[in-house]
Amino acid sequence: MAMHAPAGESHALDTNTGLDNRKLLMWLFLASECLFFGSFIAAFLLYRDRNVVGPYPEDLYDIPFTSVSSFVLLMSSLTMVLALAAIQRGNLQAMRVWLIATALLGISFLSGQAFEFTEFWNEGLSLDQNLFGTTFFVLTGFHGAHVSVGVLILLSLVDASWRGKLTTDHSLAVELAGLYWHFVDIVWIVIFTLIYLIQPA
Amino acid sequence: MAVSAGTIQHGATEHSESGLWSWLTTVDHKRIGILYCVSALVFFLVGGIEALLIRIQLAQPNGTFLDQDSYNRIFTMHGTTMIFLVIMPLSTGFINLLLPLMIGARDVAFPRLNAFSYWAFLFGGIFLNASFFTGGNIFEGELGAPDGGWFGYAPLTLNQYSPGDGINYWMLGLQILGIATMAGGFNFIVTTLNMRAPGMSLLRMPLFVWMALVTSFLMIFAMPIIAVALFQLTFDRIFDANFFNPAAGASPLLWQHMFWLFGHPEVYILILPAFGIVSEVLPVFSRKPLFGYPFVVFSGVAIGFMSWGVWAHHMYTVGLGSIANSAFGISTILIAVPTGVKIFNWMGTMWGGSISFKTPVMFCLGFITMFTIGGLTGVTHSMVPSDYQQQDTYYIVAHFHQVLFGGALFGLFAGVYYWFPKFTGRMLSETWGQVHFWLMFIGFNLTFQPMMILGLMGMPRRISSYPEDYGWDLWNMIATLGAFTIALGILVFLINFIMSIRNGEESGPDPWDGRTLEWSIPSPPPHYNFAKIPVVHSIDEFWHRKYVEDSKGIPVPVPKGAAIATGDHGDGHEEDEGHDIHMPAPSYMPLIAAAGLPIVAIGLLYAYPLIAVGAIVGLVGLYGWVLEPVGGD
Repeated sequence: MAMHAPAGESHALDTNTGLDNRKLLMWLFLASECLFFGSFIAAFLLYRDRNVVGPYPEDLYDIPFTSVSSFVLLMSSLTMVLALAAIQRGNLQAMRVWLIATALLGISFLSGQAFEFTEFWNEGLSLDQNLFGTTFFVLTGFHGAHVSVGVLILLSLVDASWRGKLTTDHSLAVELAGLYWHFVDIVWIVIFTLIYLIQPA
Repeated sequence: MAVSAGTIQHGATEHSESGLWSWLTTVDHKRIGILYCVSALVFFLVGGIEALLIRIQLAQPNGTFLDQDSYNRIFTMHGTTMIFLVIMPLSTGFINLLLPLMIGARDVAFPRLNAFSYWAFLFGGIFLNASFFTGGNIFEGELGAPDGGWFGYAPLTLNQYSPGDGINYWMLGLQILGIATMAGGFNFIVTTLNMRAPGMSLLRMPLFVWMALVTSFLMIFAMPIIAVALFQLTFDRIFDANFFNPAAGASPLLWQHMFWLFGHPEVYILILPAFGIVSEVLPVFSRKPLFGYPFVVFSGVAIGFMSWGVWAHHMYTVGLGSIANSAFGISTILIAVPTGVKIFNWMGTMWGGSISFKTPVMFCLGFITMFTIGGLTGVTHSMVPSDYQQQDTYYIVAHFHQVLFGGALFGLFAGVYYWFPKFTGRMLSETWGQVHFWLMFIGFNLTFQPMMILGLMGMPRRISSYPEDYGWDLWNMIATLGAFTIALGILVFLINFIMSIRNGEESGPDPWDGRTLEWSIPSPPPHYNFAKIPVVHSIDEFWHRKYVEDSKGIPVPVPKGAAIATGDHGDGHEEDEGHDIHMPAPSYMPLIAAAGLPIVAIGLLYAYPLIAVGAIVGLVGLYGWVLEPVGGD
């Protein structure tokens, strides 16, 4: 349940649960996304020790580099919260700044991922090379696609507010984008921990 | 009400329009429900014809009607069609039609998302069936449909074992259908949890609404799993990935685990709406409340939870080991308990009731008897050693037709006869309904009980022909005759259906003396459903408005006029009501957004640039959708 009861969203209280329809929809969507990422992560873990040819994860991972890009993504959750706080205070200008900052951090993360993919590719890892290539590229690729969609949503919100379509009455839109953004971040924490940090014995 | 959250359009005139454009742009849950049901019936004929082709081929030993390749394609499409294009959309259609009416709402929470679900379903179904013509070289008499069975086991469905485009159509078509299903599931859950009329607590909801809720949760949690499996297959087939490639060290069981982890909840997605329908029909025609309402509710919820822990009973013979097999055997036996509870509740509902054996009840009785046989045969192969004998025989084929045809489809037909008057204002012919029922019931038993015997005699499933002298000839011939008896029954139904839409007897708002809110409004319902949102005081709200109990507990009609002051009683409805009710405006954006999906799929198969075109079409639809001046969804 949300901590805030932002002004202009009073109709949310007309529902049986007191939760706005759209927010409930977002929570359900994220719940089903857990199964989506869970299935890909499970496939990765199942196959981690079954590669018959290299390159292997321990040959390729650059943990310091990925740690930095993970940190960048985590910081984007902070700016996302600040964007929501800004619109709830009625400060659209600050909201735009923080939304753009969030999008830029997201783009930095994606650039890091593109760099990492290129490095791995140059080392001989591809979709068809081995199970690691298959499971790694598809899992992190789908995560990257989710971040990209998130960036698109953030920039659409900024654009809408520039054109006056997103006003202080629409803090819910920013809140929903935030829920999605935080979820994608959390998924990355799981991926970074299980896929990168915990290495087979 | 939440439906008013983003509705600015003056809907009263918009929705009285007819014509093709109004159907393409409709966001009215009743029209979308009708579209779902009619599309599902069309696909039902397609799947039924495929079934008849199978039965013609197998009627006699050494059949030559179909070659083996065509046979594989046709049984694959029969299964896929009946599950994804008939039973699921028919259930979804009923949920669309009834959910808002039963909870006293004016529409679902997200009317345009609802329209998107339908169009995605329709495009997915057409895409899948197009494979017959475009998946292979039709000019050389080669069918192009998928040939991997409805379960599409990888690695069998990898390029090297299933070349051609058939499987590609299957995996991409199911992906589109899955998106449609998930969108529907989200919508139904939000509607049920958020948009109930005042006073309708969760434990006052009609049973159908409860079962729709459980089904919707299964949809949103099961579909992502099959989506992942299908993506993995897509990457393997189109981009040479290794998810299912044993040569690269992949497990040949990964697909089976993923598929059945989706697939077993899926069978409850197929059956639970039918449970809900039977639980609505029996009380009305027994003139008694549902026996043990909370037990029926919570056993449905229990089934929903337990359905996640039984998937490996499809895999006893793959070598998971005796501990895994035992665990899944036990969980499978346990899930029979809440199912059995429901059967006893339905019998308890009828017990001592003054039952009128109208067509909907006959289909319910067919459902209970056939589903019970299906359930009990299911228990026989929950026993691991017994299953080793039955695996991949016609006994399994008999079992799942017994639950999905004898169960789900009989239940859905009960619903068709029961609610037809509500949405057309006319009755289906009772006489022809009875003829339809008996033809279908007798035909069903002639078709599937012989398969039980064939299976126990050792006849394997998925074979395109069998030799003489195995003792299988007679039973196969009977099964084929049974299949044509069913077809005759369906023909009777179709004629009845088409004739009754135009010429059926006028039904009035409440022909069955119903118990739930949908009967309190005119037939067909006005587009805004309720002129005034009802206030609910009990389970079977509408019944209690019509009857009070005397000192002996016998229902006595409420004198006319006494309870009608609420103004939302069907009889009190006037034509000019509802002009000040704001309903969502029609929109073609959902159609455009959904149209992006098959374009992406075609692009993946034939020309990658089309993927971008499809993505742009989808995005245009989505942005148009968001920016339309309705808001709210």
